[in-house]
Amino acid sequence: MNILILLIIVAALAAIQLFVTRWLPLNRLAWMAIWWVAVYAAFAYGINPPLPSSIVVLFMAIVTLALVAYLSADSEELASAMRAITAFMVERRFRVALLAVLVALPLLAALSVYTDLSKPPQPPTSSRTIHPPPPVSISFKGKTIPLSTANNPYRELQHSDEAAFAQHVENGRRIYFENCFYCHGDNMQGAGMFAHGYDPIPANFNDPTTIAMLQESYLFWRIAKGAPGLPSEATPWSSAMPAWENFLTEEEIWDVILFLYEFTGYEPRAQGMPH
Amino acid sequence: MTCFCRTKAVRALLVGLVASAAVVLLCEPALAAPQEADPDYRALPFISSRVVMWIIAELHLMFAAFVLAVPMFALVLEFIGYKTGDKRFDQLAYDFTKLLSVSFSFTATLGALLTFGLIVLYPALTKYLVKVFSWTFLPYVLLFFFEAVFLYAYYYGWGKFSPRVHLFLGLMLNIVGTAIMFIANAWLTFMNTPSGVDELGNLTSLWDAINNYIWMPINIHRLIANMAFGGAIGAAYGAYKFLGARTMEEKAHYDWMGYTGNFIAICALLPLPFAGYWLGVEIYAYDQSLGITLMGGTFSWLFIIQAVLIGNLFLAANYYLWLSMSRIAGAERYRRFIKYLLGVITLCFIVWATPHSLVATVEEARAMGGSHHPILNVLGVMSAKNTAVNLLILTTYVSFLLYRRANKDATVSWARTGNLVQFGIFAVVVIFVVFLGVYGYFVDAQTRIGLSQPQVFSVLFAMVAVTVIDLFLFRGARKRGEIDWGRIPARAQYALFFLAITFAWLMGLMGYVRAGMRQHWHVYGVIRDTSVDAFTPTLGFAGLVVSITVIIFFLFIAVVFFLSGLSSRKDWAERTKGTRRWFRRAKQEQSDSTLSVEAS
Repeated sequence: MNILILLIIVAALAAIQLFVTRWLPLNRLAWMAIWWVAVYAAFAYGINPPLPSSIVVLFMAIVTLALVAYLSADSEELASAMRAITAFMVERRFRVALLAVLVALPLLAALSVYTDLSKPPQPPTSSRTIHPPPPVSISFKGKTIPLSTANNPYRELQHSDEAAFAQHVENGRRIYFENCFYCHGDNMQGAGMFAHGYDPIPANFNDPTTIAMLQESYLFWRIAKGAPGLPSEATPWSSAMPAWENFLTEEEIWDVILFLYEFTGYEPRAQGMPH
Repeated sequence: MTCFCRTKAVRALLVGLVASAAVVLLCEPALAAPQEADPDYRALPFISSRVVMWIIAELHLMFAAFVLAVPMFALVLEFIGYKTGDKRFDQLAYDFTKLLSVSFSFTATLGALLTFGLIVLYPALTKYLVKVFSWTFLPYVLLFFFEAVFLYAYYYGWGKFSPRVHLFLGLMLNIVGTAIMFIANAWLTFMNTPSGVDELGNLTSLWDAINNYIWMPINIHRLIANMAFGGAIGAAYGAYKFLGARTMEEKAHYDWMGYTGNFIAICALLPLPFAGYWLGVEIYAYDQSLGITLMGGTFSWLFIIQAVLIGNLFLAANYYLWLSMSRIAGAERYRRFIKYLLGVITLCFIVWATPHSLVATVEEARAMGGSHHPILNVLGVMSAKNTAVNLLILTTYVSFLLYRRANKDATVSWARTGNLVQFGIFAVVVIFVVFLGVYGYFVDAQTRIGLSQPQVFSVLFAMVAVTVIDLFLFRGARKRGEIDWGRIPARAQYALFFLAITFAWLMGLMGYVRAGMRQHWHVYGVIRDTSVDAFTPTLGFAGLVVSITVIIFFLFIAVVFFLSGLSSRKDWAERTKGTRRWFRRAKQEQSDSTLSVEAS
């Protein structure tokens, strides 16, 4: 959040309410315009890092719709706003202001075009799918693993044999620090020493919207197949994740998954259940 | 008139019977025929088979939803009229029922078209589904027959039977209609989450095939959604008649009809997100691939469009209620609350429409430090969205509460305490819902999914408790004036049209998502789609097909409105009496003048 910008916006709104309205009464249409500008300024400049422009457009469309609904929800206010617009268009005293608006509108459009064209060329925007859907089954070193029913075979040891479970977790820790931590980092925040060379950066496992939302078989698929195994519907994608099936055994992958959940404190999403 | 009605009834019956019989008769020989003689697919010239079937299926579904929903609230309205003796309810129920007759014919015709399309264009898939569900077709055909009988008896028997007999007919119509929907739902849900078959697709248990993972969630979801959709279309009919009304009596009646339709639609809309959430949970539980395809992968952007549409629905519903206050004396004192309600609605709308997968330029992504935005990321998941939708529902309820008490002043001695208790309930529930939403970020997925239940139940509790208190609070209340039905701006009627169109668009979109999430499977994991259309269309193309379907649907609905309005029209002879007399006189004068010219 850019607190300073937000405070300036709030202060400006308060100043208009407390001081400006004393000598210039504002009707609902004027207030709508003021609120629109204030909310736009908050979305565009008050949030850090800045929101993508597609999001600002989406949010402002909602805000515009709400403001129009507010204006027209009261017949008297709507009539008053329409009278004000009509007066501005036809009354002699507004002639200069009307002329200024008529000149300003095409100038603003021209400025917008100029600004857009002055920007250096950019690659096209892309919609990135955060969780691509896994296939029904995968082939792992000649063995078919059905992802919808596959479970971590060592998960049950958590309750039946704690010592054996701890051994698998320990093995997972070793594998993680030998292979994964260079990118995903020692705290699993996706900030390893190589992370900033990649776009997109590696996943942050502490984020509650990553592994905490997924079943273990999903992680198995992602680790085993890496970026080369992503489905076509998940493109465009420029992940640097290797296909670890070429370097790790099945047991090692399940072990590292146990470690990921142990380290972050999350529980994997359970399979089946409802019905 | 009677002859016309009979013809229509018979035609609908015939179409339905032929459609159902066609499945059984045409496909059974195909089962026995040699395999190599049957192509898996047949193509149409100029247009893809999938698009054709997509549009027909969606149109059939929309009409079926309407035909199943209207009898439900028509029956309730008729029952209220019967119990209270208020004839207006009976008339309103009849006005809604008038829309059924033509719609039923359209539903049956589209159903027949869908069946023929499946048999001709997708013979292998149809053959397989018939093989699995062959035993369900007989009850389906019989129920369809009874549906036609009860529907036409209910409509044409209005005022002809004793009220109890007529109510019984309405009840039977609803039971039969619901049973038909349950059977058809078994077929389509089986395609998404097949059960009761072995790895090769051979049937092992018909009941398991019917009672698959999403059968009951879809049944419930459709039952509620049908009510919302039917109410919205009924309200649009009221709006259409209101705008064309010539007298204040007509305006008042159709204003009331629009309000009632909208009330039904909104009442059904409130629990709909919960039913949808249950459906989502079951899909995820059946197979994470389906769940992720739906909510996190390819189709996740459609859910953003869905959120925008539902946000619009809530906004329009509240807008209509606020405009409706203009017909109530005393409502002015509640106008000041509108801006706060709108603020909450806008905020919740924004949270609900926030995507998890962002569209960003490379520069924007770099500025965010990756594809996740630290703030949007928090708003893009279910914890935030569940909280937002619960607050949206609660806010809409508050709008209704203000509308309800607009012209009343409580006179009971404990009025102040009652208001405070109501406010307290709202405050506690809002804090509880927000707390659970935030808490959801700190627990595992299973617990988080479970948190949606206390959120839902607390909101339901608030609505029920506040309503009960309100009923006692305003018992014997002093009235500031009557509701002046008919005194409402025309833009409120356009809001009703907007609601009906948005509902239809939403149905089309979500219908596509439900079918599309199977991706390259006809029956998920059992029968692969090997046709030329075995690819997921772009969101733009899907949006276009859905939009075209909605336009076609409303063209049909315009015909339904026109035909339904014919019965209340004056006879042609009476309507054109003056005009014909004028023509006769003019002709006579012309012939007289010609004769006089000839004579002279």
